[in-house]
Amino acid sequence: MALPLSQMKTGQKGVVIQIAGGRGLNSRLAALGIRIGHEVTKVSSMLMAGPVVVKVGNTEIALGFGMAQKIIVEVNE
Amino acid sequence: MKTCEQCKSDTCKHIKWVKTETEDAPDSGEKHRGKHKRRVLLMGNPNVGKSVVFSRLTGVNVIASNYPGTTVEYTQGFLKVGDDITEVIDVPGTYSLEPACQAEEVALKMLKEVEPSGKNDTSEAGDLIINVVDATNLERNLHLTLDLLERNLPMVVALNMWDETKHRGIEIDVVKLEEYLGVPVIPTVALTGQGIKELVSKLPEASSPTIPVRNHDLKWTDIGRMTVDVQNITHRHHTIRDRVEEWSMKPWSGLLFAAVIIFLSFELIRFIGEGLIGYLFEPLFEDIYLPILMKLSGLLGSSGFLHDILIGKLIDGKIDFVQSFGLLSTGLFVPLGMVLPYIFSFYLILGFLEDWGYLPRLAVLVDTIMHRLGLHGYAILPMILGLGCNVPGAMATRVLESRRERFIAATLMSIAVPCMAQIAVIIGLVGQRGGIYVAQVFLTLFLLWIVLGLVLRRVIKGISPELLVEIPPYHIPYWSALLKKLWIRLSGFLREAIPLVLIGVLLVNILYTLKIIDFLARLAGPFLTTLWGVPDSVISALLIGFLRKDVAVGMLEPLGLTTKQLVISCTVLTVYFPCIATFAVLIRELGVKDMFKSALLMILTAIIVGFLLNMIL
Repeated sequence: MALPLSQMKTGQKGVVIQIAGGRGLNSRLAALGIRIGHEVTKVSSMLMAGPVVVKVGNTEIALGFGMAQKIIVEVNE
Repeated sequence: MKTCEQCKSDTCKHIKWVKTETEDAPDSGEKHRGKHKRRVLLMGNPNVGKSVVFSRLTGVNVIASNYPGTTVEYTQGFLKVGDDITEVIDVPGTYSLEPACQAEEVALKMLKEVEPSGKNDTSEAGDLIINVVDATNLERNLHLTLDLLERNLPMVVALNMWDETKHRGIEIDVVKLEEYLGVPVIPTVALTGQGIKELVSKLPEASSPTIPVRNHDLKWTDIGRMTVDVQNITHRHHTIRDRVEEWSMKPWSGLLFAAVIIFLSFELIRFIGEGLIGYLFEPLFEDIYLPILMKLSGLLGSSGFLHDILIGKLIDGKIDFVQSFGLLSTGLFVPLGMVLPYIFSFYLILGFLEDWGYLPRLAVLVDTIMHRLGLHGYAILPMILGLGCNVPGAMATRVLESRRERFIAATLMSIAVPCMAQIAVIIGLVGQRGGIYVAQVFLTLFLLWIVLGLVLRRVIKGISPELLVEIPPYHIPYWSALLKKLWIRLSGFLREAIPLVLIGVLLVNILYTLKIIDFLARLAGPFLTTLWGVPDSVISALLIGFLRKDVAVGMLEPLGLTTKQLVISCTVLTVYFPCIATFAVLIRELGVKDMFKSALLMILTAIIVGFLLNMIL
């Protein structure tokens, strides 16, 4: 099932399949390890559409809700 | 002789970011190189322990400077091997060589300045790069490594946090990695110093292999292959640290954790600051400096123009460090005797929180509310620091990227965030009339903070960038790096704040002597007293508040104010203007024009809030 990163449940794992943003956002995210084909684990999200925290490899990354909406992941049930 | 680009002086210690080949006379070129020798650039992703490596490599002589035309700070120091002195530059952390923020732009610029210009032989200049890599995040870190290799500069790789790899079940084949990269790779644990000696001894072996310039996707594919080949990951168990990390990042437990951390930080800052004042600074000033100053006062004839400028007015025949208002008395006492101890304890605790890795977490926790106010998560820093002392709070506005955010943060902090000393006096004074009135003051300020933020967010054009930040694992800080950072910040404060406070005191003095302040007080007095419903005498407290807000609040005590007048006076005193030291720092951080606008906002807000309180209460 494909859904935006912002809608993942805490603890859920998924593989990034699409980043609906420009080149700038893509390369910024890539530099932090969020790239198409990579697995991300949702760690937590702040209340009221706050930042979303994900784990990629050994790194934890917090990204704004808007950005998280642009990242589409494939989640295995 | 060429002068430094940064400070326009011939003899400064700044790096000359002027390319040597532009020197016209051959001998001056040699002198230039002879003085600065070769440079080592420490480069790497943020949070890889670069500053700790820097601290291990360099001695005590470290300097922090702003990169020309930016608010980005970098540090430089010197590495001594035998008689050979090499300049080491701690370049701001960057994820790639395609800048995404100002700090990354600076990193790229610094790299470009040591880059061979083609005709210039690199081996002669001897500039090289130490690429600090986080061994626990090999894949991500290698992207920058490959970017750097493309630049054809001699390089060595420090595979830092080597000890962490074991805890995390990561095995890295260093020899194989060396083969892939074509440069020396040295495992290091900067925290304990392990591998640093070897790193230094390998510097002469730094090499610049020719590698093909690849596009993004190809580079990532290569990196993927490389990491699979050199790295072996085994499963590992959760540690206590993992749990604390996880727990402090969940919305509710995270906020609770944040509240505890902030509370403890404040208690510690106050404890250390008060201790320093009570046992060190006050005795120094009262017992040693005061008698000397009294003698000077006598020599100058205890009054007169020069005496008033230098020593100030005598209070009951004695110098009062707070109220005398002379350059040598109040001008030195305020920054050194009252602010410095708090700045010291602040920066100590702040440095600890930074190196521990807590600040990004705090920024994430409060990001939502900060965005509503036109700011972003990191703006919590100036606010919290401001609660201790507005001076470091004002300095901390520089962590914010855009001019708009810096303006909003600085204005909000100056208006609605009282400093620790002031909070104490307000609680002491208003508290006598009942806790509810103390609440009235602070609730007003809090509402003001929110409302003003909401308004400024709409009025000032621009957007607050979304948060995108790496959350580093918790680390035990390395004390030497911590102290080095503390020293850099303190000396920066002394260099910059003292002249500014002295100028401020001089200015107020002159205005006072020329009776301009009296004139202003008489002009604004009737208007304000009607509007706020407070007696004339409160206006003079406002004038003192420019120097020390807590003292000004204290001055309200003998005035016999009603409770309502007291609440209004305390609130207005907080809002109307920052103290002189904060004001001076803000001018530096915002520029004269923005500071003028900000100050106008403060005065306007004070007038309105005072009036509203007068109506409502």
